Amino acid sequence: MKTINKSLDGLHSMLVNKEISCTELTKAFIKQMHCCEPRIQAFLATSEDTALMRAAEVDKKIANNESIGPLEGLPAGLKDNICMQGIPTTCGSHMLESFISLYDATVTKRLKDAGAIVLGKLNLDEFAMGSTTESSAFHPTYNPWDLERVPGGSSGGSAAAVSACEVAYSLGSDTGGSIRQPASFCGVVGLKPTYGRVSRYGVVAVASSLDQVGILSKTVRDNAQVLNAIAGYDPQDSTSITANIPDYTQFLENNVKGLKIGVPKEFFSQELTTDKAEVINKALETLEQLGAEIEECSLPHMKYAMAAYYIIAMAEASSELACFDGVRYGHRAEANDMIEMFKNTRAEGFGQEVKRRIMLGTYVLSSGHYEDYYLKAQKVRTLIKEDFNQVFSKYDALLGPTNPQTAPKIGESSDPLAVYLEDIFTIPANLAGLPALSIPAGFVQGLPFGMQLIGKHFDEGLLYRIAYTFEQNTDHHHQVPVLLREVN
Amino acid sequence: MSYREQYEMVCGVETHVEMATKTKIFCGCSTEFGQGQNTQVCPGCLGLPGTLPVLNREAVNLAIKAGLALNCKIAEFTKFDRKNYFYPDLSKNYQTSQFDRPICENGWLEINVAGEKKRIGITRAHMEEDAGKLVHSGETITTSNSSGVDYNRAGMPLLEIVSEPDMRTVDEVVAYLEGLIQVMEYAGISDCKLEQGSVRFDINVSLRKRGSKEFGTRTETKNLNSFSSVRRCLEYEIERQAELLESGEEVIQETRTWDEGKGVTLSLRSKEDAPDYRYFPEPNLPPILIDKEWVEKIKATMPELPMAKRERLESLGLSEYDAVVLTATKAMGDYFDQALEKFDDAKTLANWMMGDLSALLKTNLCSFADSPVAPQQLATLLTLIQKGNISGKIAKTVLEEIYNTGKNPEIIIKEKGLAQISDECQLEKIVLEVISSNPKSVSDYQAGKKNAIGFLVGQVMKATKGQANPGLVNKLLKERLSKE
Repeated sequence: MKTINKSLDGLHSMLVNKEISCTELTKAFIKQMHCCEPRIQAFLATSEDTALMRAAEVDKKIANNESIGPLEGLPAGLKDNICMQGIPTTCGSHMLESFISLYDATVTKRLKDAGAIVLGKLNLDEFAMGSTTESSAFHPTYNPWDLERVPGGSSGGSAAAVSACEVAYSLGSDTGGSIRQPASFCGVVGLKPTYGRVSRYGVVAVASSLDQVGILSKTVRDNAQVLNAIAGYDPQDSTSITANIPDYTQFLENNVKGLKIGVPKEFFSQELTTDKAEVINKALETLEQLGAEIEECSLPHMKYAMAAYYIIAMAEASSELACFDGVRYGHRAEANDMIEMFKNTRAEGFGQEVKRRIMLGTYVLSSGHYEDYYLKAQKVRTLIKEDFNQVFSKYDALLGPTNPQTAPKIGESSDPLAVYLEDIFTIPANLAGLPALSIPAGFVQGLPFGMQLIGKHFDEGLLYRIAYTFEQNTDHHHQVPVLLREVN
Repeated sequence: MSYREQYEMVCGVETHVEMATKTKIFCGCSTEFGQGQNTQVCPGCLGLPGTLPVLNREAVNLAIKAGLALNCKIAEFTKFDRKNYFYPDLSKNYQTSQFDRPICENGWLEINVAGEKKRIGITRAHMEEDAGKLVHSGETITTSNSSGVDYNRAGMPLLEIVSEPDMRTVDEVVAYLEGLIQVMEYAGISDCKLEQGSVRFDINVSLRKRGSKEFGTRTETKNLNSFSSVRRCLEYEIERQAELLESGEEVIQETRTWDEGKGVTLSLRSKEDAPDYRYFPEPNLPPILIDKEWVEKIKATMPELPMAKRERLESLGLSEYDAVVLTATKAMGDYFDQALEKFDDAKTLANWMMGDLSALLKTNLCSFADSPVAPQQLATLLTLIQKGNISGKIAKTVLEEIYNTGKNPEIIIKEKGLAQISDECQLEKIVLEVISSNPKSVSDYQAGKKNAIGFLVGQVMKATKGQANPGLVNKLLKERLSKE
């Protein structure tokens, strides 16, 4: 446990100093995975053999005194909507139960190029649609802090696996909060980068204008190191940005003096109970004591964000998911003719939440409804972007709770609308394409609760700096889930 | 049929032109025609999960060029949209197309029907990806037990050119289509190989009483791929609609399909059944901003277009008819210009190209694009006639010989001894022989029947196997006959 609970730097120096071989390290993580999985169920597929083969290659390099990169030889997990050649990419859906990608996603390739050892694919809500990971077609994932509770979603497997030390870090995807909310529930650091900062090529789209790949890690520094590896222009993703990528670790300074942090009052609405508001207020106090200037501000159109978000996300989803028809790959139903084949395939292959979103998305794009829903939602999106432009002319970053709740119990989230409301604080950053980071802010009744920093476009560095300073001056991230105390 | 006279046809055409890029519009796959099924595919054009489109800039260049060639306004801001519908030949079940902000708008194309010139409006032209191709196990879709999909064509770059409903006769429609294809070919937008399906037409047609200002209800017949099908389809549709209107019935607004074998159009779906395509902006492709500089750069690469070329040929003294024939295909037009560089008598060149060479190519099912007689060879041949080295008659034989052997005309003339005889001494002998063996014609001539000399010339030509210089023979005969 002492070994695998280390930061990426810690693990790296153990390898470099030959305190442990990469094979031993990989085996230690595999052992931890075997220990935890019966109760956590974060993985949908594992690739232990390839992992050990790659570990042996790294060991050879180390034995030859070749230098290794900061991620080289360290175990990672991928959300199962990120393609990796040779092992299944199911998106947590029966539709793709048998689907094996022919190619690596750009982020997968970049991690491989950095020498990362991928231990497997991590559970998610079906097609990343949900906030609990319960809508996975295969099984739910359990929160390492309380096994009766959900890890959040949709990147629930990615958050739980990091929290339970089954992997050193993981990649997730965030369309409306799917990295930040599970990070908050599982007490880890979760970054949704600026839209366009990280390539989406090879990540199964659910809403292309909102999706962004990001990182779940134990510490802020770990997060920055992984972003160094995956960020950057990709000619295969026309929405990725050509700007130069800085070394994100250079922003990790323990200093927030003079930084202006806005706190949108809309983040303290009735959805946020007092005990949770207290955690955030305490965090704000800490930052203020460290020299940051904290001020209340407003995002006046935020009240429309959720409605606009779900209209746009569902509209795009209805089109993104049209390719799953049984013709070329994935599930194909028995049928007498083509139309019946389409219908049966989709009826059998998709779960309830996915069908709901496809139907709603189809509706809002239909002629006669387009102007009232889709077009109006796009206008709201523009207004929300303008709100952010306004506040960012005054503040360096915004801070608020990541989400209104701590992790609910399994089976508790049955009302879809209530579940949608869970994303209320995370959605605006997706609509505006802004970078946003969730870090552990404290605990409410023994459950982790995260705070969210939202930055200007491409200002991930500053978010890291504020988060790092907070992390260095608090000890929330040193807390270990109950499960880990048990298994070791 | 007389009731047809009461009606006027109104027709507009949507033309899908496959643009001549090396790779597909949103991925790097080759666009080469006729390759093995599903060999020109990648995760992108197969619609595999996680793939994203990357726009082929050359497709945009060609679309701009096409717009300029059709006198369109090129949009400063243009974008792609998704057209959503389910069909197995569409790998993502949506087609990436352009909806409300097409790249080209408001252009025109001039047509010429029996000397009447007319401008046909171009409403818009937009870029989109082609779909794959269904391959049925049986003859047709209805008689097949199963169908496969060949995605080689999926993602080929198309330009959809939409005309205004400006055409009033079948001849105008065909003239428009011919003109359009000519322009596309000249500007290098497309190879326009109709037989390979690189151009397809959707025909919108309605009838109205002559003199009426309002349009009647139209039908759209989809996916025609030859001028003759368009002509037959239109004639059928006009007849069908006229009969309906005459008998007091209504034309139903619907999409129809052309049955080439039976020569009829058949209903495919009515307006009520028309799919709702649920267009929305393609989030994976940023909008395209086209500045003046970009347009000017494309303009600079624009070759001479058919209309300008016809005007130039007429200025060389050719008739309008000659100009139209010579510019009918880009290959013929290019051939003319290449030959003209070496031989400057445009009229003679035109006559030979449109006459003997065309006939020769036609008999051998060949065209100017792959003519075995190079333009330089034709020019040399015509120069030899001009210089008096060979007669026109011999030149025809030499032309055939060039066609068959590829040898240069001078070599053929030398090898076969076909050079014209202009040696007076040599010809004098033959002239005397002809005079002495044709006393009747000689006396006729001397009695005033000057035409009789023609026969005598013919005899000399015959004796020299056509190689005698006819002018010289004429001169020698006249001299001799006046002496006797």
